[in-house]
Amino acid sequence: MTDAPLPNALSKLLETRDWLMADGATGTTLFNMGLSSGDAPELWNVDKPENITRLYLGAVEAGSDIFLTNSFGGTASRLKLHKSEHRVHELNKAAAEIGRNVADRAGRVVIVAGSMGPTGEIMEPMGPLSYSAAVEMFHEQAEGLKAGGADVAWIETISAADEYKAAAEGATLAGLPWVGTMSFDTAGRTMMGVTSAQLADMVEKMPMPPVAYGANCGTGSSDLLRTVLGFSAQGHERPIIAKGNAGIPRYMDGHIHYDGTPELMGDYACMARDAGATIIGGCCGTTPEHLRAMKEALETRPRGERPTLELIVAKLGGFSSTSDGTDDKGPAKRERSGRRRARD
Amino acid sequence: MSDNEDDLILSDLNDDELTEQMMDDLYDGLKDEIEESVRILLERKWTPYDILTKALVSGMQIVGDDFRDGILFVPEVLRAAQAMKGGMAILKPLLVETGAPKMGKMVIGTVKGDIHDIGKNLVAMMMEGAGFEIIDLGINTEAASYIGTAEAEGADIIGMSALLTTTMPYMKTVIESLSAQGLRDKYIVLCGGAPLNEEFGRAIGADAYCDDAAIAVETAKRLIAARHNQL
Repeated sequence: MTDAPLPNALSKLLETRDWLMADGATGTTLFNMGLSSGDAPELWNVDKPENITRLYLGAVEAGSDIFLTNSFGGTASRLKLHKSEHRVHELNKAAAEIGRNVADRAGRVVIVAGSMGPTGEIMEPMGPLSYSAAVEMFHEQAEGLKAGGADVAWIETISAADEYKAAAEGATLAGLPWVGTMSFDTAGRTMMGVTSAQLADMVEKMPMPPVAYGANCGTGSSDLLRTVLGFSAQGHERPIIAKGNAGIPRYMDGHIHYDGTPELMGDYACMARDAGATIIGGCCGTTPEHLRAMKEALETRPRGERPTLELIVAKLGGFSSTSDGTDDKGPAKRERSGRRRARD
Repeated sequence: MSDNEDDLILSDLNDDELTEQMMDDLYDGLKDEIEESVRILLERKWTPYDILTKALVSGMQIVGDDFRDGILFVPEVLRAAQAMKGGMAILKPLLVETGAPKMGKMVIGTVKGDIHDIGKNLVAMMMEGAGFEIIDLGINTEAASYIGTAEAEGADIIGMSALLTTTMPYMKTVIESLSAQGLRDKYIVLCGGAPLNEEFGRAIGADAYCDDAAIAVETAKRLIAARHNQL
């Protein structure tokens, strides 16, 4: 069963526009504001709300239609590291409240998307995290985001299919519409081996499907566009999200810099739209300056043909792997005898 | 071919067939089969060290290569490592008893402020699969913990992992702390994690940056061998 998503602020906005711009980096921006290596960004929702306001305003003033709340690591399992697992509701609610205030003063419709990142644990049977425990953690987070006024739960950087489903179930239990993106960072697949085509087909079969789905983070913007091509090739109508990094991280003078220029991100944004993405933003390394260049490019340049892999390489650089697992051109598994010990 | 013909009696295989089958079974993550095969080889008077190197380590090498090449992914590698672990549990006490040669000892952990341990665990498992002894400090590891444990345990290698751009710089802090104590040259320092690259490894003064778990194993073997050649 695949019900159409219930009316909500994001799906309404999608009805009136044929592309939306999301935001850029959260971690990179907060780091530049003085967040220390290893500190939990989510604590700033309460301790330094003025910085979180500045973070959100940076995206809104650069023209973003959607921004993500500072709650990526807001599940109990992530906050536990900072001995704050008892503050899940409070910190997520604060992240969304600050966002609601910023969005309501924007003078146009801006969507507050409640960020929900991975738990950081491996799910059963490979790891210790049970499906029901994961749902419970995401549900707790989603309730906080909803209480603070988030329009939509924005599940991101997921690598396992089960964790994606658990986060979606958590958001749905809280009564929030949701979107979900995975990080395709390992030879064009997620760390757990999920291909773009598999995610595209999986969301269509979910009992409460997302408003939109897609890819974020991963490696460079070339890989991300290849992933978007993989989604759109499946032929589903559901809106696709592209949130790629601004290039590759480089370590310079004790700090991390991303080597993607605003001009390149402008090219990336238009190619993402041509590849079939409707919601386009950045991820790590994407500053308001990058966002302004992306917005300008999206507003001024005409739509083009669906980009070929060759064009992506020519404009944005090479891929991290020759195949992304969707073309049967990748290397094959070891040939085994296929014989098995007799089972008792 | 009927189903019965597919069924295999492991103990009916000769040594070559059995080790080949073990490589298949490791690849498919079949722990029970690996444990049975290890016991069969012990009964056939193989030394524990030969079983480790010629069957298990060789099998994990194939898993590692295919992981590096984007053929296998984390779930398959975890299953293979669990099967390997089953075999190792049988061999470990025997290896100690027989005084088998040691590959080296590694202290490993995810750096302070970072809780991402999937990559770190993979490296630990693949290193164990290659015969290294591993002391796993877990997540959120302080410089003092890396260095204190390496000193107390007589380790050869310190391995650091970070997934976040916000925690990567802490690796440099650990290396600076080693240098300040005059211990930098005593250890091979390896670093890894998703957003890192070789350039970063050089910039912070590590011996090597390892792209993935398979490369970590290759690098550790190479640097340990280079170190032995110096002595």
